[in-house]
Amino acid sequence: MNRVVVVGASAAGLAAVETLRREGFEGDLTLIGDEPYAPYDRPPLSKQILSRTWREDRLPLRSDEDLSALNVELRIGTEAIGVDTRARTVKIASGEALPYDGLIVATGVRPRALPTARGHLLRTLDDALNLRSRLEPGRHLLVVGAGFLGAEAAATARGIGCRVTLVEPAPVPLAHAVGEDVGRMLSTLHSERGVDLRTGTGVAEVIDDGVRLVGGEVIEADEVLVSVGSVPNTDWLEGSGLRLDDGLVCDEYCSAGPGVYAAGDVARWHNPLFGTSMRVEHRTHAAEQGMAAARNLLRGPQGRPFAPVPYFWSDQYDMKLQAYGYLRGHDEVALVEGDLDERRFIVAYRTGDRLTGVIAAGIAPRTLRSWRQAIARSAAWDEDPPTPSEPTRRAA
Amino acid sequence: MRVELDEPKCVASGQCVVEAPDVFDQRDEDGVAVVLDPHPPEELYDQVNEAVAICPAAALRLVRE
Ligand SMILES: Cc1cc2nc3c(=O)[nH]c(=O)nc-3n(C[C@H](O)[C@H](O)[C@H](O)COP(=O)(O)OP(=O)(O)OC[C@H]3O[C@@H](n4cnc5c(N)ncnc54)[C@H](O)[C@@H]3O)c2cc1C
Ligand code: SF4
Repeated sequence: MNRVVVVGASAAGLAAVETLRREGFEGDLTLIGDEPYAPYDRPPLSKQILSRTWREDRLPLRSDEDLSALNVELRIGTEAIGVDTRARTVKIASGEALPYDGLIVATGVRPRALPTARGHLLRTLDDALNLRSRLEPGRHLLVVGAGFLGAEAAATARGIGCRVTLVEPAPVPLAHAVGEDVGRMLSTLHSERGVDLRTGTGVAEVIDDGVRLVGGEVIEADEVLVSVGSVPNTDWLEGSGLRLDDGLVCDEYCSAGPGVYAAGDVARWHNPLFGTSMRVEHRTHAAEQGMAAARNLLRGPQGRPFAPVPYFWSDQYDMKLQAYGYLRGHDEVALVEGDLDERRFIVAYRTGDRLTGVIAAGIAPRTLRSWRQAIARSAAWDEDPPTPSEPTRRAA
Repeated sequence: MRVELDEPKCVASGQCVVEAPDVFDQRDEDGVAVVLDPHPPEELYDQVNEAVAICPAAALRLVRE
């Protein structure tokens, strides 16, 4: 293995590059990213950047010094437009073909747009700066879609004194993901903070002065943020022979084909811990999978299955939600500690006869980590709740 | 080597404690990381490096003194 190309210069791509070097890879290493910036962090975009609590200089994931110590050829502002898996080359927009022995795909996702492609999207630093420049106290922001991203942006905009309308087609926001009770708690939280939450309301299109609802009614707003899900950035892989199906399809080793691995939001892989194929759009996951993909690329047949407990957090007002596990498709939701109304709770998720996830707020970290461990060892649903213990190191 | 934590960046994910439990802990009130051992012994460098790499807020560094 002499040449590794990593496409996508963000959380997953950076983790892959760092891991390759830490594991002793000494060959040529190229990191390609189409944004005009060195790797930076996205979660603060809807939080500290939008609220103007942080300046942009807090965002870079690594200092220039740390980046140059990696001895990586960082090609920012460079779009990969194709891959030839037989010749093992990545084609970039300039027409150049970069040869590789190993390729790691970490191109993430982009926000889904509404039909007329109008309104703000929120994925990149430029998106965030653009939206921020339009938000002032008293201005009216309408957010389409009350998923975690939309809800966070709504909370942040309230925090800076905007009027906020949050429009969601489902009757209870996030119910499909976290269950009705947690969804209702989130609705109450937003309503208490003065967000005009309109559920069961579909937006047909963004128009000059707001949005037009499916029924024809118009809601006026100064700015519209569209947060209605995302699409994996796999267009550039079309025709390559690699399997694309809501993400780049990988096996449990994060391998998508000979010498090709994927990591982060773009990767759909088989997670043996949950026995299912999944694609996870969480910040921590991107780093973990970037590391796993890099290791497996170097280890070849001695690679290890990537079987993580996914984790995410979301900040809404003064509440930090934290979730472990795979909640999708759960069969049962149960409050196992605290009280949703007090916003101090642990809610557990059952899939089949197993504990497959928890969501919590206001819970001591030690307790939460013991639930994470229970999920990691596939605890049965009817076991006693885990007891906090001293942390033990997870096998790498 | 010294472990540095940029506390305001920490998002209380607890990944560092999972990776290097002898070097990191979390505050009970808000989960923000605490460095237990700013000068960890060499045999823990691998664990610390793993924590630095995995920290979802880029809040950790292991710096040469
Ligand atoms: C506003 C916001 C808030 C978030 N908040 C949270 C949170 O609170 N908690 C949480 O767990 N997660 C959060 N996330 C999700 C988290 O940021 C992502 O999971 C993470 O960024 C994924 O990293 P990645 O490297 O896989 O992909 P990305 O960060 O999407 O990076 C992919 C990179 O590849 C580039 N690229 C794409 N196609 C090409 C190409 N053809 N050629 C070259 N480069 C290309 C993209 O431009 C991008 O720079 C948030 C995301 C956003 C947008
Ligand atoms: S891993 Fe990073 S963000 Fe998570 S608790 Fe540790 S320092 Fe904080």
